[in-house]
Amino acid sequence: MLLLLAVPLATIFAFSFWSQDFLSIDRTLTLKNYREAFTDPIYRVFLLRSLWISGVVTVVTVVLAFPIAYFVSFHVPPERKALWIFLITIPFWTSYLLRAFLWKVILGFNGVLNSGLLGLGIIDEPLTFILYNTNAVVITLAHAFAPFTILPIYVALEKIDRSLLEASQDLGEGTARTFFRVTLPLAMPGVVAATLIVFIPTIGDYVTPRLVGGPDGLMIANMIQTQFLKLNNAPMGAALSVLAMGAVTLISLIFLFANRRFLK
Amino acid sequence: MNWLRVYAIVYLVFLYLPVLLLPVFSFNDATVIAFPLQGFTTQWFKELAGISALHGALKNSLFIGIVSATLSTILGICAARASTRYRFPFKAPIMGAIMLPLVLPEIIVAVSLLVVLMQLGFSLTSWTVIMGHTLICTPFAIAILSSSFQGLDQSLEEAAVDLGETRWGAFSKIILPLVTPGIVASFLIAFTISMDEFIIAFFLTGADPTLPVYIWSQLRFPKRLPSVMALGTLLIVASLVLLSVAEYFRRRGIRRTGAKDSGGFL
Repeated sequence: MLLLLAVPLATIFAFSFWSQDFLSIDRTLTLKNYREAFTDPIYRVFLLRSLWISGVVTVVTVVLAFPIAYFVSFHVPPERKALWIFLITIPFWTSYLLRAFLWKVILGFNGVLNSGLLGLGIIDEPLTFILYNTNAVVITLAHAFAPFTILPIYVALEKIDRSLLEASQDLGEGTARTFFRVTLPLAMPGVVAATLIVFIPTIGDYVTPRLVGGPDGLMIANMIQTQFLKLNNAPMGAALSVLAMGAVTLISLIFLFANRRFLK
Repeated sequence: MNWLRVYAIVYLVFLYLPVLLLPVFSFNDATVIAFPLQGFTTQWFKELAGISALHGALKNSLFIGIVSATLSTILGICAARASTRYRFPFKAPIMGAIMLPLVLPEIIVAVSLLVVLMQLGFSLTSWTVIMGHTLICTPFAIAILSSSFQGLDQSLEEAAVDLGETRWGAFSKIILPLVTPGIVASFLIAFTISMDEFIIAFFLTGADPTLPVYIWSQLRFPKRLPSVMALGTLLIVASLVLLSVAEYFRRRGIRRTGAKDSGGFL
């Protein structure tokens, strides 16, 4: 099992230092792919855009998910909690491909949202800022990763000893200050886990940008796919994969380091 | 905290919006997917019955799903038992590496497997997809099975051995029946993941597409969309049935070992 994962990862790393010589692979070590990846603006644009979109998706998803986790943990009676968690996870088990496609149907020019709003007379002409751009990618991914963020935050909130909150209120802190000085710091391990669980896989997402992103919403995974399957330049694709992984790892480590005081 | 409850309900609507639209439009009598609705029809479902490429893709997906789910559950049993029952050197890094595919972007898993297969000169078949799916399903299997193995009282097994059972006898007569619900749940979850997975199948599939790859190829043709919606509705009903069965078995397993229910699968 380890081999099944380690060998491919090592190979992709090796590949990134080779080069494509028309139809065969030239195995002399070279940094050509990396030089190209850094100098050719198209690769830089794709990589930076992927990081930016993933960052925005992560912030949006976590910020939207936190109140839900808080609600289920603090305001739902214990016997109904499992039901709520089950309700939240159900949509996640339906085909991801179809969910991404349905957002395209919902957000489109003649789509469900526009035709619905037009029919109700709320808007006069279709909204165009919601499909084939980064907004659409953010909405779709925020939807797809919702359960992944709610669950870790919920678990962290559940672990908080409720008597600490009472103690804080007894000592004269208000509700808001109790939340920011006791609840939030104690929930941070869950927030950090949720952030990483969203950020890392979204970088490599292929389906959503392809379906709803339009030309300006494509991400690095689409470029990797093009390099491998269309341009037949596996080493360049491998170099881009390594760069994407490296960037994700670096940012995740910086993020973990910045939050280290919450994670003891 | 009324506004929190309102927010929670709005959020649930957002979560369910796409899923609820699927059945609505699969019964809608129009080729364009938009409001207002045109009337009720079951023609899209009937159309599905006549597409032989779809049936091939479905069979292929079922085969891949069953084999990958079986393999990842067996691997999961070994790993979960090893990690909960025994101590061995480098345990934490090894378990970490096995769980890695959970957080690795799927496209990376897909392209790296593709590169290795190309280098080794393998041709792409259903078995290459099975390999990729087993790789990503195993961490889920381990997560589910670990919790069933963790809930076990170790003295049960020791008692069986003291009473004259062999190690294997104790495992098959005492441990296996107790973790069977976990095994069933793990199999069903792995099967569902494999049936839904697109990217790895897209890269590693040979001449026979899986169901998601087939759906992907149909999304380009606007005329096919209503029948894709109908297909999606059937798939969602199927996954809901599978999930409810999995959840039922998971709860039964927890009751059997006497542990407290701690919520969902993850």
